[in-house]
Amino acid sequence: MGKVKLAMHAAAGCGGCDVSVLDLHERILEVAGAAELLFWPMFCDGSVKDLEEYPDRHLDASLFNGAIRNSEDEHMARLLRQKSRVLVAFGSCAHLGGIPGLANLNSLEELLRVVYQDTPSTVNPKKSRPTELYWMPPGELRLPRMHGQVLALDEVVRVDQYLPGCPPAVEQLWALLRAIVQSELPPPGAVVGASNIALCDECERSKGEKRIKAFRDLASFVPDPEVCFLEQGVICCGPATRSGCGGRCGKANMPCRGCYGPPDDVEDQGAKLLSSIASVIDSDDPAEIGRIVEQVRDPAGTFYRYSLPSAFLSGACREEAS
Amino acid sequence: MTRITIDPITRLEGHGKIELFLDGAGEVADAVLQIPELRGFERFCMGRPVTELARIVPKICGVCPGAHHLAAAKAIDAVYQVEPPPAAKKLRELFYCAHVFHSHIAHFYVLAAPDFVLGPAADPSRRNILGVIAKVGRDLGGSVLRHRRIGQDIQALLAGHQTDLVWCVPGGVSKGISEKQRLGVVELARSCVEFAKTTVGVFDRLVLSNEQYVDLILSGPYALCAHSMGLVDSRNQLSLDEGQVRVVDTRAQEIARFAPQDYLEHIGERVEPWTYLKFPFLKLKGWSGLRDGQDSGVYRAGPLARINAADGVSTPLAQVERERFFATLGGRPVHATLAQHWARVIELLFVAERMLELASDPEVASPEIRRLSRQIPREGVGVVEAPRGMLMHHYVTDEKGLVVKVNLIVGTTHNHAPICMSIAKAARGVIGRDKPMTDGALNMIEMAFRAYDPCFSCATHNLPGRAPIEVLVRERDGTLIAREAP
Repeated sequence: MGKVKLAMHAAAGCGGCDVSVLDLHERILEVAGAAELLFWPMFCDGSVKDLEEYPDRHLDASLFNGAIRNSEDEHMARLLRQKSRVLVAFGSCAHLGGIPGLANLNSLEELLRVVYQDTPSTVNPKKSRPTELYWMPPGELRLPRMHGQVLALDEVVRVDQYLPGCPPAVEQLWALLRAIVQSELPPPGAVVGASNIALCDECERSKGEKRIKAFRDLASFVPDPEVCFLEQGVICCGPATRSGCGGRCGKANMPCRGCYGPPDDVEDQGAKLLSSIASVIDSDDPAEIGRIVEQVRDPAGTFYRYSLPSAFLSGACREEAS
Repeated sequence: MTRITIDPITRLEGHGKIELFLDGAGEVADAVLQIPELRGFERFCMGRPVTELARIVPKICGVCPGAHHLAAAKAIDAVYQVEPPPAAKKLRELFYCAHVFHSHIAHFYVLAAPDFVLGPAADPSRRNILGVIAKVGRDLGGSVLRHRRIGQDIQALLAGHQTDLVWCVPGGVSKGISEKQRLGVVELARSCVEFAKTTVGVFDRLVLSNEQYVDLILSGPYALCAHSMGLVDSRNQLSLDEGQVRVVDTRAQEIARFAPQDYLEHIGERVEPWTYLKFPFLKLKGWSGLRDGQDSGVYRAGPLARINAADGVSTPLAQVERERFFATLGGRPVHATLAQHWARVIELLFVAERMLELASDPEVASPEIRRLSRQIPREGVGVVEAPRGMLMHHYVTDEKGLVVKVNLIVGTTHNHAPICMSIAKAARGVIGRDKPMTDGALNMIEMAFRAYDPCFSCATHNLPGRAPIEVLVRERDGTLIAREAP
């Protein structure tokens, strides 16, 4: 049996997914033995031109990480889709939009204004902005065009498998690579390397009745490491987050922020979290409820921390922006 | 006028493109590095609770999340006007030394070593880590992978995960370590010191003993006469996570020394319409374009700048190596871009020695890891030395702790102008009318930016493949006249 042909590409992301593959450590040599890495700009040498010249479906699998932020990301998504038998949305950004997707809370114009004008160290009296096409004395220079909104990978192309996590747990990506090499992938559309229950259901912290009168700020509070965060009034995204990460944040005594995305039976992670959080408030008095809810200072940025581009809410934002 | 496009530059984190313009005589007229990406953290961190930023900003870079996590932690401490207890500070420093340790290993062995161990013009299919292992031997190769792993493992032990960092909270950290875990780290750190010493020997044997390489390091195309910026402690010794920012000029004279919160008085950032990345400069000198020299506002950050800016290194083995560095390369400051590799090796030794010192201190196993703040949150600046250069985070909040303003200047951004100029200088040195455009020549241009370990090219691994770059030679109107594909 020949080696399987693989590609890995980073779009709008941080490179942490690529690094997570390196964190296979000595096992990376086994990967090199079983797979031919035909395109992986972060670590290997190979050009987009090579990729374009391959026949369609030449690659056995492409692992795509990062969200779709600009025209180049979209082009690469379409190209890799065309050249691959299996396309994997690898990590939170490709899966759900991820942290870069928080940009969808604001317009692109605002984002550019803040970065290139408002930031205090910026010296830009002419209000210059990077432009798609710029003529400077020796010749023209081109940049990709930024989209108005950040998109998850499956909003641009069909995705066969999803590997959640920011970044995915190393053992799960190892299992994914083995499944690719052994042609044992589940049917298209599956979320691989994670279970289908909520993180809460496997959390080892003690759980009693959740009735709370106040939400706590971690700046002035140390949570008990043995007790459910929500019971202590600390917002935790465990109720609407797929398990599979091994509860790594909880073990560092910090609450979940939802990077594995929702389990199958939850359509919208943020909406589900909103209802979970509302249900633990211990009051029937509307004024008191109002005061307690006020303590949830950033519901959109907390409940949709990793999933805004794939949420219902993002659709609403997009309509407003267009 | 003809144009050469190097696109994509591979083995990079993020995206980058180099454009070279040749004049009628075939000499390099100009070289431009473009960064085609922007995610805009400065905007979407606004509105978030500032305590959450320590969890959000590590996602700026998955290669150096530790640097962003710690810079955020320090900025947030300042926002809440709270000082972590000694054990928490030591734990944070231990964590950070482990971070720099594995980052420097990855850069030196995986990214830089192929150019030196195998040679700049070696067969591209061998010019990678596997080629390096074949030449230096499997024992050393295995040790490289093992010690990168140790760095990641110490980070994960302390912070919960090696990449998804959630550990630093205002006034300390979210969990400590046990005495047993501390003793385990002592053993790992001992091994790290030995490995760093081995690395010094490797650099000696493979680079410094080779006259051609020393000549290359000291040659004109790889020199850049810029000021140097680095973090120093109260005795002006090298520091990676505490202290003041010091700038020395092209003659190693101090021209600025300031506390992190005063950075805006000293640094400005220029916007250019042809790249998404800004150009920082020293306000003292002003921005006068992409040029080096004593009157330019362009400065460098990163290992070479740090060793130039500091008067010494506090750990014994690294200090000896620092002396040898300046003695060999003609005294302080060193302007040789490729000397960054040696400076990085010296820092590898420094952080390994520091890890051992810190882990040997029983206080790091203390349960006193948090001080709570009762202050109204306001504004804070956090500065650390990321592996590849100074990292500045600046947050302003409302009275509820929601972020209203964020400013970030990252290591590679500080080096943006120097990287552009180093590329152009190397290009002029290796490409021209009488110099054939070979793969080796193009790789020698890439060596100029690789020396900076730029974060958009935080490449840490390189499996067998083809030449890293594709070259398109175009007429001025864009017509393709030649293609040099590997």
